[in-house]
Amino acid sequence: MDDFTFKPFSEMTDKDYELIGFKSGLEIHQQLLTSKKLFCRCPAGIYSTKYNAEILRHMRPTLSEFGEYDGTALMEFKTKKEIIYQINRETVCTYEMDDTPPFEINEEALDIALQTGMLYNCNIVDEIHISRKQYLDGSIPTGFQRTSIFALDGRIPFKDREINIIQMSIEEDACREVSDIGHRRVYLTDRLGMPLIETVTAPEMRTPYEVAEVAQICRKLVRSTGKVRTGIGAARQDVNVSVKGGTRVEIKGVHKIPLIPLLTYNEAMRQWNLLRLRDELKRRGITPESFSAKVEDITRLMKKTYYMPLQTAASQGMIIKCVVLKGFRGLLHWETQTDTYFSKEISDRVRVVACLTHIPNIIHSDSKGDNITSSEWLKIKKAAGAMDDDTLVVVWGSDKDIDTAAKEIIIRAREATIGVPSETRQALKDGTNGFERILPGPDRMYPDTDLPPRKITEERLKKLSLDMPVQFWIREKWYRELNIPQDTVEPLAISKFAGLFENMVKEKNVSPIVASIAFIQYPKRLKREGFKTDILTPEVMQKIFEAYTLGLLSREGILPAMKKAIRNGSFSSEMLEAVCTEEELSSAIKSSHSELERINLRNPEKKDEVLIGLVMRKVRGRISSAQILKSLRSTYKREGIDVI
Amino acid sequence: MSSNEAYKGYRNEALETLKKFSAQIWSDVEIKTSKGKYYGIILPRSETADSAHIVLKLRSGYNIGVAVKAIEEINISGRKEANYKIQEKAFPYDPSKPMVKLLGTGGTIASRLDYRTGAVIPAFSPGELFGSVPELADICNLETEKLYGVFSENMGPEQWKGTAEAIGREIKKGVQGIVIGHGTDTMHHTAACLSFMVQNSPIPIVMVGSQRSSDRPSSDAALNLQHSVKTAAESDIAEVMVCMFGPTSDAYGLLHRGTRVRKMHSSYRSTFRTIGDIPLAMVSKKEIHLLRQDYKRRRKDREVTINTSFEEKVSIVYYYPNMKPDIIESLIDNGYKGIIIAGTGLGHVNKPLYPALKRACDNNIAVYMTVQTLWGYVQMYVYDTGRDIMELGVVPCANMLPEVAYIKLGWALGQTNDLNKVKEIMLTPIAGEITEREPSNGYLIYQGGIPEVEEFISKYMK
Repeated sequence: MDDFTFKPFSEMTDKDYELIGFKSGLEIHQQLLTSKKLFCRCPAGIYSTKYNAEILRHMRPTLSEFGEYDGTALMEFKTKKEIIYQINRETVCTYEMDDTPPFEINEEALDIALQTGMLYNCNIVDEIHISRKQYLDGSIPTGFQRTSIFALDGRIPFKDREINIIQMSIEEDACREVSDIGHRRVYLTDRLGMPLIETVTAPEMRTPYEVAEVAQICRKLVRSTGKVRTGIGAARQDVNVSVKGGTRVEIKGVHKIPLIPLLTYNEAMRQWNLLRLRDELKRRGITPESFSAKVEDITRLMKKTYYMPLQTAASQGMIIKCVVLKGFRGLLHWETQTDTYFSKEISDRVRVVACLTHIPNIIHSDSKGDNITSSEWLKIKKAAGAMDDDTLVVVWGSDKDIDTAAKEIIIRAREATIGVPSETRQALKDGTNGFERILPGPDRMYPDTDLPPRKITEERLKKLSLDMPVQFWIREKWYRELNIPQDTVEPLAISKFAGLFENMVKEKNVSPIVASIAFIQYPKRLKREGFKTDILTPEVMQKIFEAYTLGLLSREGILPAMKKAIRNGSFSSEMLEAVCTEEELSSAIKSSHSELERINLRNPEKKDEVLIGLVMRKVRGRISSAQILKSLRSTYKREGIDVI
Repeated sequence: MSSNEAYKGYRNEALETLKKFSAQIWSDVEIKTSKGKYYGIILPRSETADSAHIVLKLRSGYNIGVAVKAIEEINISGRKEANYKIQEKAFPYDPSKPMVKLLGTGGTIASRLDYRTGAVIPAFSPGELFGSVPELADICNLETEKLYGVFSENMGPEQWKGTAEAIGREIKKGVQGIVIGHGTDTMHHTAACLSFMVQNSPIPIVMVGSQRSSDRPSSDAALNLQHSVKTAAESDIAEVMVCMFGPTSDAYGLLHRGTRVRKMHSSYRSTFRTIGDIPLAMVSKKEIHLLRQDYKRRRKDREVTINTSFEEKVSIVYYYPNMKPDIIESLIDNGYKGIIIAGTGLGHVNKPLYPALKRACDNNIAVYMTVQTLWGYVQMYVYDTGRDIMELGVVPCANMLPEVAYIKLGWALGQTNDLNKVKEIMLTPIAGEITEREPSNGYLIYQGGIPEVEEFISKYMK
C-alpha cells in the first residue's frame, strides 16, 4: 500500500488522485417528458403527498434465472420490513399496485430513449427485452423494476479524450420513501412507474471534478432533446467510486451535480482509509482467518445504568448484548471520512439490516463520548471475558432483532480485515455517505415473462434521426466561430431554438448575434420582468423572425414583438404596426424637436440624447435605430444645426 | 443434448447461424456484428418469438436480442447453464405438530420460468416449496404429493376424480388436514366439484393458489400457503374451502365455502369472493377468526364418502339478447345430457328459444336455470315469461352459482339418468350450494367514489 495520507478536499491535486488510483463512473437517471407512465396509462409527472388508501406488503427474495440468490436480496430479507404504500387514486392504478399485469411499453417514451441513445453515439439494440431487476427494499411494489437495455457502447467527447458509455436502459421509476422506522417503511407511490432512462458511463473519470464535468455534459445532452423532465428529482446520479485496491462502491441518488466532487472525494478517502485499516489489522495479526469475536448477553448487568438509551431499552424489555472484537482496540475510532469513524460503518449496518433505527444504536469502548461509566465498561469487559486490546461494542434491541444486530456487527468487523465491502451508499448532506445496502449484482436480473420482446426497426430509427438535435458540443464549436455573445453559447446549444437558429443563420442570412440574443437573452429578460415566456415556442419565434427577414419588423422591434406575442398568446405579422416611412420619420423628428424646445433641460449637453429618445418613443420597433440616426444626422445638417 | 435441446427455441435463420458457429444455448460468447461486439450467454428463445434474433444475456444481467443478419462471427469462451433450483430441504418432523398433506395440481403457487415459451410454467416440487417458505415448519408436519402439473384451465373431470380419490386416501391414512395447490382460474370449479365428490370429510380440505407467481418477490404465494396450511392443521372447519387473500395487502386470508366462491377479478390478489353469503372465516399467521358457526365440525374418525361420478356432456349457456335457438339445438343434436342456463335477471331467456328448450326437455335433457347476475335467486314466478319457461321443463336452481350448477349437474347425471332423481339431487343442498336465505351483508359491492366508501378505504388497508 502506498504511503499517502489524505489531504483536506481543497488541497488534493490531480496528481494525488492519480496516486490513489481514483476511478469513477456515473449512472445517470433522467425522467422522460411523456404524458403517461411507462407500463400503464396513468398520467405522468403529477406529484402529491396526498393519498387515499394504503397497502401493506412484504418482499421475499427469489432466484435469478441461473438459480442464484442475489446478495442484496438476502440482506433485505434479513431486515423483514413491513412495507406500506400510500396510494393516490389519481396517479396510481392497479398496475403500480401490482394487481394488474403491465400494459405494453409506452412508445412515446421508447422513442425519446432511442433518440438519446443515438445522441450518445450508441449502438441501438436490435430487439429489446424487458427484464425484472429485483428491489427488495420495497421501493417498487412488484419487488422488481421493469427495465430494458436499448443501447450499448456509446461515447462522448471529453477534454482530449472520450468517455465511453457502457449501456443505456429504459425503466420505470420507483416510489419515494416517506419514512423508515424500525420494521416499517412507508412509500409514496406518485413517482412510481414514471419513464426514465439510465445511462451508465465507463469508470473513466480520474478526479472528483471530472465526474461532475461529465455529469454536466450528459445532463446537457439529454436536455437538448427538449423531451426530458427538469426540476427537482427529474435527474438523479448514482456515482461509482473506487481507488487502487478498493472496491466499486455506488453512491446513490445524488440530486445536484455540484455535490459530486466532495462526495466522491469522501468516498475515495473512506476506501483509502479502510484499506489502511485493513493493513493495521494485518499488522496486529488479524486476518479474515484469524479474526475472532464473541457475543455476551449483558441485559442483567446493565439493569442499573444511568445511561439513558440503555435505561430506556431495559424498561422496554429490550435485550442488551456486547460484542467483543478481539484485538480491535482503538480501531472503531479509525477515521474513515471527514469527521466520520469506522464505528459509523457498524452502526449503519445495525440500523439498516437489524432495523435498529434508534440513534445511537451502538456504543463502544473506543469512543470518547459520554455513555456508560468506566466502571460499567470494566464490568462488561470482565463478564465478556475481554482483554485489554479488544474492543467492546454494546448493542440493544428486541429479542427479534438483537441476534441479527450482533451478527451484523461481527460481519462488518470481519469485512474490515478484507478491505472495502461492495456496497450501495447514500449521499449525506455534509458530503459524506452512509450505508444503504449490499451492492447488487447481475444475479438480481431475470426476464419479465409478462411482456414479449420488441423489435426496433431500421425505419423507426431513421425516422427518429430526422428529428434529432445536433450534439451540443458540435453546436458550441460553431457558435464560437460565429462569435455570438459568450453567455448565449451554452444555453443556445441545448435550447429548443437551436434548430431555428441554425435555419435562420444558414438559410435566411440572419445575423447570428441578433438571433442568439433574441433566443437566449430576450426570454431571460422577459422572464425577469414577469412575462410568461413559455408562449415563445420555436413556432412563434419563427413567425417573428419571418417578419424580421421580410422587413416588416426592425431589429429593435423583435423584443416588443415577443412581448406582444406573450400578451396575445400567439403571433402573426398582422399584429405589427406598419414599417415607418421616410415621411413619418421626418415628421416624428420635427415634432420631437419642437417638444425639445419646450423642455427645460437640466443638462443642456444631453440635448441630443434626449432628442433621440423622443424620436425613438414615437417610432420604436417600426424602423431600425441606425436609420433614425442616419435621418437625424441628415436632417440637422441640412438645417445647419450641428448635432450628433 | 439433442439438437432441439441444444438450440432450444431457435428456428430457421437463427438456428442456422447458431449451428454454423456451434454456439449452443448457455454458451458464453463474443458475438461480432456489423454494428459492434456483444459479450454474454446465449439463452433459449421463446418459441413464439421470431427467428431473426438471438437472445443474449449480457454481463450486466440484462437480456437483449441480436439480429441474426448482422452477425459476422460467434466466438465461444465457455458455458454457464441455468440451474433454477430452490434449495430442497427435508421438512423437519415434530411429533407434537399435526400432519398436513399438500396435494399439487399445478398453478402459479409453484411455478418457474420457461425460457422456451418465455412464460411461467407450473413446477410443483414440495422440497422447493419448503425451501422457499420455511415458516411452514412452525405450523405442522408436511407431506407433499404432486398429482398433476397443469394450468387450471386444463383441469377437468379426470383430474377432479383423481384429486377426490387422493383426498379419500389421505383421510383414511389419518392426516389432520389437506391443502390442494391449484391454479386460480378454475379453482372455484374444482372447489365445487370436490364439495360434491368428497362428502362428510372429518378434516379441513383447503384449496390455495396465488395471483402473483412465486418467482416474484411480491408474490402472494408464500402467505397464502401459510394461511392454508394453518387452516388445514388447526381449523375446526371440516369442509372444502378456498383460502386466498382477503384484501390486496399482505394481511389476512379468507376461507370461502367451496360452493359459494368465485374468482371475480382477472388479476387482483383479493380476487376470490364469497357470493350471496359471508365467508367462513378470516385467517392470518396468528389466528383463525370464525365469521359464522354453521359449518361442519372436525371429527376424530376417518369416515368419508367419495363419489366421483361425473357426466361430461353438460354445458353452460350464457344467455344474451337475440340468442338464436340453434345454440340449444346444437347441444341437443350433439348428445348433451344437461344444460345450465345463465339467464338474465330472475332467470329469463327470449321467446324464440322456447321451442328449442321444449325439445331439449322432451329429449330427456336436464335443463336448469341460474342467474348471470351471480347474486340473488332465480325467481320464475314473478313474470309470465318465467312461468312459461318452467312450463317447458326448465328447473330453477335457486341461488346456485352457474359454475356450481354446471358441476353439480355433471355430478348428478353421472349418478343417474332418471331426471326426477337428478332433480332431487340438484335441489337438495349438500354443501351450501343453495342457501335458504341471503343475509343482508351477503351482497356487498362497494362503489368507489362515494364519500363513505372512500372513508372506509382510507381507514383500512386495501
